Amino acid sequence: MMGTIPPEHGIFLAILLFLLGLTGVLVRRNVIFMLMSLEIMLNAAGLAFIVAGAAWGQVEGHVMFLFILTMAAAEVAVGLALVLRMYHCFKTLDVDAASKMRG
Amino acid sequence: MKRRRRMSKPFCREDWNHETGNRDMNTLFYMASFVAVLSTVLAISRLNAVHALLYMAVSLMAVALVFLTYGAPFAAALEVLIYAGAIVVLLIFVVMMLNRGPATLREERDWLRPGMWVGPGILSLILLGELVTVFFQTPEIGLAGRAVEPKAVGMALFGPYAIGVELASLLLLAGLVAACHLGRGEEPKKSGEESEK
Amino acid sequence: MFDLLWLIPLLPLAGFLTITFGGSRLPSAAAAVIGVGSVSVSAVLSFLLGGTFLLHPPEGDAHVQFLWTWMLVGDFAPSVAFRLDALSIVMLWVITGVGALIHLYSVEYMRGDQAFKRFFAYMNLFVCMMLILVLADNLLLLYLGWEGVGLCSYLLIGFWSEDPSNGAAARKAFIVTRVGDTAMALGLFLLATELGTLDIQTAMARAVERWPVGSNLAVATALLLLIGALGKSAQLPLHTWLPDAMAGPTPVSALIHAATMVTAGVYLIARTHVLYSLAPTVQFSIAVIGGVTLLVAGCSALAQKDIKRVLAYSTISQIGYMFVALGVGAWQAAMFHFMTHAFFKALLFLGAGSVILSLHHEQNMLKMGGLWRQLPVTFWTFLAGGCSLSALPLVTAGYYSKDLILHEAWLFRGMGWFPWVAGVIGAFLTSLYCFRMLFRVFFGEEKTHVSYRPGWRIHLPLTVLAVLALVGGFCETPEWLGHVNLFSRCIEPILPAEAISESHAGGMIFFQVTALGVPLLGLLLAIFLYLKPRTVSTNRFMRQRVVAQVRRFWLAGWGFDALYDALLVRPFVWVAQINRNDCVDRFYTGIAWLNGMGHRLLVLTQSGRVRWYVAGIALGVAFILGMVVAS
Repeated sequence: MMGTIPPEHGIFLAILLFLLGLTGVLVRRNVIFMLMSLEIMLNAAGLAFIVAGAAWGQVEGHVMFLFILTMAAAEVAVGLALVLRMYHCFKTLDVDAASKMRG
Repeated sequence: MKRRRRMSKPFCREDWNHETGNRDMNTLFYMASFVAVLSTVLAISRLNAVHALLYMAVSLMAVALVFLTYGAPFAAALEVLIYAGAIVVLLIFVVMMLNRGPATLREERDWLRPGMWVGPGILSLILLGELVTVFFQTPEIGLAGRAVEPKAVGMALFGPYAIGVELASLLLLAGLVAACHLGRGEEPKKSGEESEK
Repeated sequence: MFDLLWLIPLLPLAGFLTITFGGSRLPSAAAAVIGVGSVSVSAVLSFLLGGTFLLHPPEGDAHVQFLWTWMLVGDFAPSVAFRLDALSIVMLWVITGVGALIHLYSVEYMRGDQAFKRFFAYMNLFVCMMLILVLADNLLLLYLGWEGVGLCSYLLIGFWSEDPSNGAAARKAFIVTRVGDTAMALGLFLLATELGTLDIQTAMARAVERWPVGSNLAVATALLLLIGALGKSAQLPLHTWLPDAMAGPTPVSALIHAATMVTAGVYLIARTHVLYSLAPTVQFSIAVIGGVTLLVAGCSALAQKDIKRVLAYSTISQIGYMFVALGVGAWQAAMFHFMTHAFFKALLFLGAGSVILSLHHEQNMLKMGGLWRQLPVTFWTFLAGGCSLSALPLVTAGYYSKDLILHEAWLFRGMGWFPWVAGVIGAFLTSLYCFRMLFRVFFGEEKTHVSYRPGWRIHLPLTVLAVLALVGGFCETPEWLGHVNLFSRCIEPILPAEAISESHAGGMIFFQVTALGVPLLGLLLAIFLYLKPRTVSTNRFMRQRVVAQVRRFWLAGWGFDALYDALLVRPFVWVAQINRNDCVDRFYTGIAWLNGMGHRLLVLTQSGRVRWYVAGIALGVAFILGMVVAS
């Protein structure tokens, strides 16, 4: 039971979501929002893989999506632990507070 | 025989037509993608963290629907389970932990001025244009037309891609250890000195 | 026997190395023994070799000892080879013999000096370099010795380096001779490229084949080598360094600036005399330069107060005589005068050193007097040397050599009267200033007391040199005095006697009278002015404004120092002042500054903010994709 949408449309959706995630990363100063936007980007990449898998009818797309998912989960876990550390250290969630490596 | 009234909802039709099924799937795709884009836009522009995360969850579920229309039910299930179900929930937990009340809203308002959108917006538009050009230059790829069975995915994972699975498990272990260690917080110094004595 | 030739320069070199690397572990007495011993053994060797050579001359009148090929660049293969012929024997005997005596003298002169060992090291190095210079068969090796003696001269003039004026004098000597050395190097380049070789005999033979008389190349090469000789031999216009070089210890002045180094220019011209025969205009200019120099230096010597400066100007003047001889083609006369000059000038310098040492380093002649009773050996030897310098007739070596030169100049007078006239006036001046010096130092009332009596190490060299200064000339006497031509016969194969037109042989009586009488005239005038108390009219004459001004002018060496200062030194310092901030350096500091600016600009991109870096990545991706899209 699947549709007959051309893969290009799916890819276009993936591009849109990816760039929206990128914009979110660039615009927001709160660390949590940055992480969230990163997840959006990863999700868009996964979407692209699924669409490609459907286009070729092969299973590799799904496998890749699974790996991306795993990686995203691990990354979020570690990233949030780091966010907690950062909050403990700087008492703020401003990502610009951690800019000592400048100059 | 009495003629049955055609119901508008496609899924309730008995003499389900493959074509209309496809047409319905296509409509589903476009609706789902519209919802996904809209909710993503809302997600990245909210001031309240929880609202943003909830919008993100909606976006993820819309993307799951998109997976469905592309004949990837297993992937759709995984998306909802892990992405929307675990990751977003984790983010929400952390937000709840670090919530400082009204101060955060004021902060966010300060940080998210309208002028901030200009630069990234232009950059993203440029990238959009380039990516679209690159992608639509390539010749048409047709759809293969078959849905991918979960069984096939499983066979692939335990077959040729077994190493990938092992590596993924290692990665998860590393993430677990790291999160455990980093998230522990500092031990009180007094107890540390006492334990040394 | 002749294979021991290489030992002659090597022994002083070994002495230098031993003293240098012995350092403070070597006792001073050992350094003295090594220093004097190495040169003495070299002297003995050179006497043996030279004697054997002259008694039984080998084939071709020369013995060449080839040591090794210096370098091999295409066709150019100069070799390190030593050549023993009559000319180099003369030089060898003088350098090692007089050198050994001076080394012995300096053991006592430099006693108690802190840098006693360093002195002997430098002196040995100098003797080695000078020997390389005179033994060299190859102009490149000669140039090595040339530069080496220049270096040693610099080291020894500035020996007492605590006093900055000594260092300044050393630098002046080095820089002025450098001008000559550069010209000489250019001449060597010309010879090497045009003739393809720097081996002296081969080069001279090829020059005769390829270059017609008076051709541009011959003139250019001869002129460039001449400028080199002018620098080293302190002739006009590169003579200003020698009076100031008297800042060095007296044995240095005796060895380097009287007997040996300053005659290196004469030796160079004598060695390459074939080249000068090919360029008669240059050759005549040698005579003119020599004549002018001897007059200028003679007048300057007349007005000096420092005893060593008198002798320095005297050296310049006497080398002018040698140049006159070279200029008129009298090669043998030039070398003969070199030999006798080495004897009496070294003697005079050593005697002056003895006086200076006795009077506790007093060098002003006006503060000396009445020493002839106190320092008898010094007085008599100094008298012998002075008479030889003034060329008093018949009994002194200087007379015979100067007479020979004047004779040749007289015969040359058809082509130019200047050399002879200058020679005669110079003889008068020489006698005048020489006896002025003698009378001022040894006669009259005693102004400074003698505080030190010299020992045998000073008296022995003085005596030996005095004997040589008197009898050394008897190996070459004119026809009407016995016609001994030992010297010319020996040196004939190397330096032929040029046949000067005999039609100008007339007027010999006039010539002989002048040659005999002029020095005596000078002696008489000196007695009148400087020995006897002055009459009132003489005093008034001497006190005239004009006379005083002339005396000041001569005292300053005819103003050459002031001239060079205004012409060369001031503009250079002015340019250096303008360029104090060094505009050339700006270019290089500008590069550094640009880098700094670039760095500061790039540092701005390292803001430490994550979103900025992400934007950077995104920009990079946009750029790359843009390139993909555009292509």
